[in-house]
Amino acid sequence: MSENMGNKVSLELYRTQLLARYFEQRASDLFLENLVKGTNHLALGQEAVAAGFGVAMNKSDYTYCTYRGHTHTLVRGAPVAPMLGELMGRECGILGGKGGSMHLTSVEHGAMGSYAIIGAQLCIALGSAWSAQYLGTDQVTTVFFGDGTTNIGTFHEALNMAAVWKLPVVFVCENNLYMEYTPIGKVTAVEHPGADRASAYGLDSIIVDGNDADAVYHAAQDAYARARAGDGPSLIECKTYRHQGHSRADPGKYRPKEEVEAWFARDPISMYRLRMMENGFTDEDLTEMETEIQNTIDEATEVAKLSPVPSLDIIDKDVWADGGSAWRN
Amino acid sequence: MAQLTYREAVAEGIAQEMRRDNNVVFLGEDIAAAGGVFKATVGLFEEFGEKRVIDTPISENAILGAAMGAAMTGLKPIAEIMFSDFLAVCWDMVVNEIAKARYMTNGQVKVPLVIRTANGGGSRFGAQHSQSVENWAMAVPGIKVVAPSNPSDVKGLLAAAIRDPDPVLFFEHKSLYAMKGEVPNGEHVLELGKASVLRQGDDATIVALAAMVPRAVKAAEILATKGIEVTVVDVRSLVPLDTQTILAETVKTGRLFTVEENPRLCGWGSEISSIVTEECFYDLDAPVIRITTPHVPLPSSDNLEDATIPTVERIVETILKNMG
Repeated sequence: MSENMGNKVSLELYRTQLLARYFEQRASDLFLENLVKGTNHLALGQEAVAAGFGVAMNKSDYTYCTYRGHTHTLVRGAPVAPMLGELMGRECGILGGKGGSMHLTSVEHGAMGSYAIIGAQLCIALGSAWSAQYLGTDQVTTVFFGDGTTNIGTFHEALNMAAVWKLPVVFVCENNLYMEYTPIGKVTAVEHPGADRASAYGLDSIIVDGNDADAVYHAAQDAYARARAGDGPSLIECKTYRHQGHSRADPGKYRPKEEVEAWFARDPISMYRLRMMENGFTDEDLTEMETEIQNTIDEATEVAKLSPVPSLDIIDKDVWADGGSAWRN
Repeated sequence: MAQLTYREAVAEGIAQEMRRDNNVVFLGEDIAAAGGVFKATVGLFEEFGEKRVIDTPISENAILGAAMGAAMTGLKPIAEIMFSDFLAVCWDMVVNEIAKARYMTNGQVKVPLVIRTANGGGSRFGAQHSQSVENWAMAVPGIKVVAPSNPSDVKGLLAAAIRDPDPVLFFEHKSLYAMKGEVPNGEHVLELGKASVLRQGDDATIVALAAMVPRAVKAAEILATKGIEVTVVDVRSLVPLDTQTILAETVKTGRLFTVEENPRLCGWGSEISSIVTEECFYDLDAPVIRITTPHVPLPSSDNLEDATIPTVERIVETILKNMG
């Protein structure tokens, strides 16, 4: 296979999607084994969005995501064992067991947090875009959110302020067609929940096939170039589909069978694999990569399983900057 | 010493810190070109310019969100929420995001910011622009809560809040903005979490906050003419809370009266009453008495509002009645 730039990007996009897919599958398995507690909002089927942006951005850039944020955190380079360990509530967890599935964060990788209150992260993302603008760095902030978020006030507050301040921020609407259990079209005044709102903030209306990692990657590149040139924010709507329900509590039975089948036929990873084969990669090349990433997940799983539960000592740690939780003298 | 108003001390405190640290930035509604609706930020825009003193749209969530994200990535933002009542609009940012980020991320995320807001009644603004909501903030782990009662404390505590590595909710009292007082010249920084004892007596102790402090002092002066000598403690900071001073001053007199603008249920006085009762019960000569606003939304008309928020007369009468 040739080592040109396009192939390097393709390999990275495929690798990143696989990592996301295998991680989510493992999270699902561990939940069924009762090793992951609470809930899980899996991004199975939506991996191309996190991968496309993750590969297109710089290491020093900032990202914010939702409670469906395992993959967005992972693609920034957050290590797998602490990520799984966090889902399992273990001492090795990336948040020490304090945050759980919905709050995965890795500040050292620019993954500034997973936010579980719809829309909050769009406003918080303004802040790191503002600091980059103020400090004169070339860092761009990317913030991911679902279609349901376009109906909450914070979406509109954030879009307006980003546009007025010309902030280097990219708003990524992952439109998986359902606001939790309800079809987004039933509760939204416009057909395209993200793109149709863009003009209200003076932004271009952009819709991307969110199951096509190349399309996502190119849209991301355009938005990052615009942001780094000082031309302000972008809003990109990526159409995609969850392979499962909203969370572990939801079997997703409200979705028509034909719709589910049509989207499974457009699985981002299967489609990408075919494209890579068309572009000269061999089955052997790809299988080797798949095995390697599966091994990474397997090894990390063992590390996480062997990690003890967190010490009770941490309950009253890190409320304050002094490391403690004292509220009185 | 300089004579400053409470509102001038706000601008002085912010200016002192903005001169010292280029990463201190300030945002809010009408705070820049207009100098604030209470004229508490006059001159900052002219001195520091539009890059550091920024007028925002009416978007309280975006104001606090932007402040939080900027704090997480190297700036020291001061965000103004014009009236503390409006904190209800963006309470998610305060409670779920700013206050919890450090803990939830095991210390990864740091949020050094200050939220300034105009709190409290007495301005005839009615129920949605007059509340005292410092007790809401006190109930949330992860945010410091400060409420100064005079110009010197405004400057010194605001400077301390800006330098603090943790998020601070800074409650300015809107009926105190015109109050004049001595403020030290030059750099003035106080310590958060230290109550101040304004007056000492042997018969009873009053613990008060913000606009209730001058009323408590006045009440103490009147009680002195009746032969009752009262200690007055200005709490200044609810989180961290200077329980040592409160307990020590209560033990000395054996009687504690708290004076607060919060409505009756779950005001900060109830927490102090609970701490004192648990920790120095046998030093008390009488039950702790809370003087509060009744459990009603604040009415607007002069006579109604004045009869609702604790007055000097009510403090005097309550203490006289309970001295036995």
